[in-house]
Amino acid sequence: MLNVMNLNIHYDAIVIGAGPAGLTAGIYLSRAKLKTLIINEGIVGGQMVLTHEIANYPGVESISGYQLANIMKKQARTFGCDIRSNVIIKEINLHGEVKSLSLVDGSVYTSNSIILTPGGRSRNLGVPGEDSFKGKGISYCATCDGDFFTGKEIMVVGGGNSALEEAVSLTKYASKVTIVHQFGHFQAFEHAIEEAKNHPKINFIMESSIVAFHGSENLESVDIKHLKTGEIINLKTDGTFVFIGYIPNTEFLIGKVELNQWGEIIVKSDMSTGLEGVYAAGDSVAKRYRQVTTAVGDGTVAALAASNYLHESKANHKKLKAA
Amino acid sequence: MLYTNLKHIETATDHAKVISENENVMVICGRMGPMCIPVYGIAEDLENDYKHVKFYDMEFDNPHSQVIRNLPEVKGFMGIPFTIYYKSGKVVKATSSIQTRVQITNILDKEFGVTVNA
Repeated sequence: MLNVMNLNIHYDAIVIGAGPAGLTAGIYLSRAKLKTLIINEGIVGGQMVLTHEIANYPGVESISGYQLANIMKKQARTFGCDIRSNVIIKEINLHGEVKSLSLVDGSVYTSNSIILTPGGRSRNLGVPGEDSFKGKGISYCATCDGDFFTGKEIMVVGGGNSALEEAVSLTKYASKVTIVHQFGHFQAFEHAIEEAKNHPKINFIMESSIVAFHGSENLESVDIKHLKTGEIINLKTDGTFVFIGYIPNTEFLIGKVELNQWGEIIVKSDMSTGLEGVYAAGDSVAKRYRQVTTAVGDGTVAALAASNYLHESKANHKKLKAA
Repeated sequence: MLYTNLKHIETATDHAKVISENENVMVICGRMGPMCIPVYGIAEDLENDYKHVKFYDMEFDNPHSQVIRNLPEVKGFMGIPFTIYYKSGKVVKATSSIQTRVQITNILDKEFGVTVNA
């Protein structure tokens, strides 16, 4: 275990999350000469770094998400922004004039404003055996691991565009692909559904979900439960690919800021939450479209609104002192 | 070559040299995909704290990466990256697919010793 000295540092603003929204907020805040810290539980760049090619970011013809994230990180640091990544948040207090954040390594940070940009992550099934067979039969990326399953019989879990498109792509390698989906219909585009339905290597198990993975060294079989009848069957399989969507990384905010039924942060048009001095931006906020460009826009608005809040707060303090 | 900020191993000769000349080595063998990139990012972060460990990556599709792909320790692995931990040139641990920072630091601490950043 790494031993870190306990730190207690005050910032004007703390940004939680280092995806495109958080990095943009960090760039704007630190360029406005506000002492800013970006804290991130994962790696810098968020979901953006997982994108092989970004071809629709204005001003850049084509760039990998990893490279764009590195440029944004460098830009933020150039303006004086502090960045700490791969940390674990222990406690957060968003109320009052001075907010606080403590990490499991003992560091404590305080600030007058906080911008929440925790982003999202791929959803796991969360069933017995999933962790044990990750990389040994269970995968979340067809492009990465598809060739390990050449000539094998596999399953794909999910019913959205990703699941159906990846199932078709996996037929390049696998001899048989079985799609397991919890509903009686798919949530994908019609063309993706048609392509999967017409593919001779693909078949379907509907209204069902995987409830357990089994095997010795590698994955060997799965328990599948029919969600209407409750019947559980065990089927042999060489591999399972899981594509069941994304969830916002907002568990640590439950009960602390207003979230909707999907766990997304509710914000106003200036990205303010219901709490004074607390703003939110990026994929974790309630909105329809999630792109790098929309995250960057959200981050800009949140940073400008937070800057304005901080300047007004300082001006009010001066007035009170003068009075 | 992978476009990470880690040092890269590009040939089998480089690989042999790196593990023979350094006591503690971690090599991440992968692609620029969603399971691999988080592991590169964690390794980049850990380079400053684990100065007694050398961190490298190697492109999975480079034919020279057979020095990793053919290791007995990775038999049965079905997910990249293959992450190999070498002590004095010998494999002491190998993992498949994405790993968390805690999983990685637990291995580093167990196999290479705890680091103290005072």
